[in-house]
Amino acid sequence: MKERLQELKEEALAKAEQAETLSELQEIRVAYLGKKGPITEVLRGMGKLSKEERPVIGELANRVRESIADVLDTKKETLEAKQLEAKLEKETIDVTLPGRPVNVGGPHLLTSIVEEIEDLFIGMGFEVREGPEVETDYFNFEALNLPKGHPARDMQDSFYITEELLMRTHTSPVQARTMGKYDGKKPVKMICPGKVYRRDTDDATHSHQFTQVEGLYVDKNVQMSDLKGVLNRFAKQMFGEEREIRLRPSFFPFTEPSVEMDISCKVCNGEGCSVCKGTGWIEILGGGMVHPRVLEMAGYDPKEYTGFAFGMGPERIAMLKYGVDDIRHFYTNDIRFLKQYHKA
Amino acid sequence: MFVSLNWLKNYVDINHLPPDELAEKITKSGIEVEGIEYIADDSSNVVVGYVKQCEKHPNADKLNLCQVDVGEEDLQIICGAPNIKQGQKVAVAKPGAVLPGNFKIKKAKLRGVESRGMICSLQELGIEEKFVPKEFADGIFVFPENAEIGADASQLLNLDDAVLELGLTPNRSDALSMLGVAYETAAILDQPLQLPDESVEFTAELTEDYIDVRVEAPDLNPYYGAFVIKDIEVKPSPLWIRNYLIAAGIRPINNVVDITNYVLLEYGQPLHAFDYDQFGSKEIVVRRAYDNESIVTLDGQERELSAEHLVITNGQQPTALAGVMGGADAEVSESTTTVLLEAAYFSPVAVRKSSRDHGLRSESSTRYEKGIDPDRVKRAGIRACQLLSEYAGGKVLTGPVAFDQLDRSEAKVEITTSNINDRLGTAITDQEIAGILRRLNFHFEEKNSGFVVSIPTRRGDITIFEDMVEEVARIYGYDNLPYTLPQGASQAGGLTDRQTLKREVKHYMEGAGLMEAITYSLTSKERAEMLTSPEISEKAAGSIRLSMPMSEEHSNLRLSILPELLASLSYNLARKQPNLAYYEMGTVFVSTVGENVTKQPQEVLRLAAAVTGDWLAYPWQQEKKQVDFFVVKGIAEGLFDKLGVHVEYKQAKLDGMHPGRTAQLLSNGTSIGFIGQIHPTVQNDFDLKDTYVFDIDLEKLLETIHVEPSFSKIPRYPSISRDIALMVEEGLHAGDIKKTIEAAGGPLVKDVQVFDVYQGEHLPAGRKSIAFNLLYLDPEKTLKDEEVESSYQEILSAVKEAHGAELRG
Ligand SMILES: [Zn+2]
Repeated sequence: MKERLQELKEEALAKAEQAETLSELQEIRVAYLGKKGPITEVLRGMGKLSKEERPVIGELANRVRESIADVLDTKKETLEAKQLEAKLEKETIDVTLPGRPVNVGGPHLLTSIVEEIEDLFIGMGFEVREGPEVETDYFNFEALNLPKGHPARDMQDSFYITEELLMRTHTSPVQARTMGKYDGKKPVKMICPGKVYRRDTDDATHSHQFTQVEGLYVDKNVQMSDLKGVLNRFAKQMFGEEREIRLRPSFFPFTEPSVEMDISCKVCNGEGCSVCKGTGWIEILGGGMVHPRVLEMAGYDPKEYTGFAFGMGPERIAMLKYGVDDIRHFYTNDIRFLKQYHKA
Repeated sequence: MFVSLNWLKNYVDINHLPPDELAEKITKSGIEVEGIEYIADDSSNVVVGYVKQCEKHPNADKLNLCQVDVGEEDLQIICGAPNIKQGQKVAVAKPGAVLPGNFKIKKAKLRGVESRGMICSLQELGIEEKFVPKEFADGIFVFPENAEIGADASQLLNLDDAVLELGLTPNRSDALSMLGVAYETAAILDQPLQLPDESVEFTAELTEDYIDVRVEAPDLNPYYGAFVIKDIEVKPSPLWIRNYLIAAGIRPINNVVDITNYVLLEYGQPLHAFDYDQFGSKEIVVRRAYDNESIVTLDGQERELSAEHLVITNGQQPTALAGVMGGADAEVSESTTTVLLEAAYFSPVAVRKSSRDHGLRSESSTRYEKGIDPDRVKRAGIRACQLLSEYAGGKVLTGPVAFDQLDRSEAKVEITTSNINDRLGTAITDQEIAGILRRLNFHFEEKNSGFVVSIPTRRGDITIFEDMVEEVARIYGYDNLPYTLPQGASQAGGLTDRQTLKREVKHYMEGAGLMEAITYSLTSKERAEMLTSPEISEKAAGSIRLSMPMSEEHSNLRLSILPELLASLSYNLARKQPNLAYYEMGTVFVSTVGENVTKQPQEVLRLAAAVTGDWLAYPWQQEKKQVDFFVVKGIAEGLFDKLGVHVEYKQAKLDGMHPGRTAQLLSNGTSIGFIGQIHPTVQNDFDLKDTYVFDIDLEKLLETIHVEPSFSKIPRYPSISRDIALMVEEGLHAGDIKKTIEAAGGPLVKDVQVFDVYQGEHLPAGRKSIAFNLLYLDPEKTLKDEEVESSYQEILSAVKEAHGAELRG
């Protein structure tokens, strides 16, 4: 009987070895391990055996069973893996075909610039303030030291609605409004971005609507060197550490002393080219120390408080930074224009 | 202001600096040099030549064959100019000369005859046509007889000059004169200043015997000085005066006119010369014009006057519009022999009014409008008399006769070194400040560890301490200020909740596949009032109009963002970009009284979207989806979800929108916008294909939202999902049924979603099936089947009662 069992085992293992499909394997399993299989048959004939032989043969039969089952299980796993492999092979796709497109939107270039400016100044402790686009003559001009009939009002011909109402020509009125709210007591450290309007005929460099970001810092002991330090930090972060800045005296009715800030031309590295009109410098913003009359009108005592203010045009900055050559691009919303600034 | 550097050299030494370096220094000190113009790039080899002989060219009628003595040699030159004559002294470009436009002069043969060089017109030498004196406009230039043969013509004609174009800020009208620029340059370069000679020899005759001055409007005319100069010979001015005028952009006329212009430029003081014999009386009366009075000005125009205009009269008629333009009657002409010269101070207000009303802007009016130096009024008159006596043979009568109430006092501004340093953040010393004041030619007294500075009248822009801070800083050099950062208590900067939310809404829209657009707020009246949302049209009585629009295209303030956004789509469509998804966030301007607005309108922040074309195009997998209502609705829903706002969609008919594909958006029963397809007629007007839009009152949404992220727990107990398919009449709205389900289902129903809508086969005509998925959840315990079942039954009976809905088997 021992020999018979040994024979059966070898027979079964050899068949399992040769099996190529799961169904063949199943047939082998049924043939050798099934209720009608030869091992069961062997066990059934155990009655004829002696008491001593019975457990020995019984154990052997079980071991044979187990080892056949083990081999069949292992073989099954191998075959299954192969089968899966073959199936997956058939599922091969052309990975070079295009993917399903995702609709990608993005911010307008001006928004990106404005948010970048906002974030730079927020980093220096400024808050962001907004105000109305239709302003009163008082806040747009008078509170900024531009009384009626002041010749500097010529500088910014405006869209009036009534004698007292106009489309704001700058975002400075937001500064006057904010200072007014603080009642002459609290320090003010703010920037105000927004749309502004001037009576200009639209062309490559003029737009009747454009964007401005102005900033204001009022506190005790604010010095002009602080203005220089803050603007320098801004310019280097915005335009790159390698850019040089310079301040020039200028004139604005709401600041005294006033400055204009230039950065060294990126195109020619200060050598002089057509972009910088040969000067090597490009003007990017104006500012100055807040005029005492402006402080006074907003309720601040100019003997106690001083401050600085500045203003810049995001369109101009975008034009310089990205080489945009026509300001009208910002308002025609040509998809080809808007999209190209999302790659940076 | 155009500044000839050759002219400037008369007052201050700038010889050591090339023009571009000087320009940079001036710019950095506060007056921007906007350009440098070199009159001729290379003007060597142009000399004065004497035309010894001039005869007709043997082979050409219109050409002349000239023998010209140019000093070392005689040149045979062929010249076609009509005004060439034997005996003239002319400008000769010798072979080798290079004229403007890179025109090289070479030996040549003209119709068989040799020509060595060219006799030049001023235009050929680089002078702009409009500045060329009339007598030389159509031919060659002729030097005065005393010009030296062989002399360098480029020097005589000032061709070696460089002209700076100054861009003056409104406060620096002092630099509208050569003297002003000289003071500025001397301060910047720390150089001494050489002022012009203002001495004149008067004759024994008295001006007062010839003319009387009466000013009836001293507020507008505090000084009027009248000079009389006899025996004038009107002729061309000397070459140097003509050269300087040309460099400054003024065409030379004759010596009298040129000298008044020259002094205008030199002193910044407008002067006016009348022909004394044509003046019409021996009396000057300055007064406000009468209503219905008129004057014919030098340009031949008749001009209506009113009491707002100041006029110079001869006691009867106006002879000049004060500070703006003279009258034709007393104009200086070739035959003038006695000149009546006006040197006056007119107030900016008076001149601005006249100049605007009559559309006359001149070198004079510009200067009066900006304010002239009271100290130079009379001095400029004297200077002109001196030049008239020297270059027009004039005899200056003892004078002037003047009306004088002019305030020439100097303002005093006190500064201290420590105040200046406090403001600038510098450590400038007393000595340095004193040095800067000296460079500026400001007189000062040292007092109480400070300076009392007398501000010269030429610098009317300096009135307060801060103005002096700027003066000191700019001469000290803005470059030399240190860099510091504010010392004040540091505050944390940041965005407000509203600003953060606005950014988040933008990011959501961009994540949803929309591109941000920015359009104009000013648009046509029609567009401003189109496609307005119900909650806007309800409040606004029409759009606000500008009082003086530049064009009807940008005349009114928008009430809706959509029309200009549609125009942007259209712009792109015309450029073969058919698939577009845009949004814009911006304000609209609501006036409850429309055009009759008197107060600031309400500015309402809105969010608009416009989408057209393919939403998805994936051709090789045959997937393609055109934008439809539900694409834009999905975007809107996602936004409302993000903001945690519950919004209802109510079928609506709105102007400009598709009548069957439009919904009004309601939140808590109030309108917050609309969504739908643009009406095909409107689409046509904009040249658009099917376009879907929404327009949302972001202002209202942001008001109602709390920023604190409300965290709700992840449920611990399992939810149960049930489907319910209902058959209803085809006109019924899924949203209404959904509302009934939510109301009837009780608190355990957490979500109700439509997952199928069907109409057609297997259903009776006029009926449709809507299938909902219901999500049940009890956050406190595991749900029992009976609870769900009883809610389900409630729902069934409720929808049957409310909508006649039957369960679809
Ligand atoms: Zn450059």
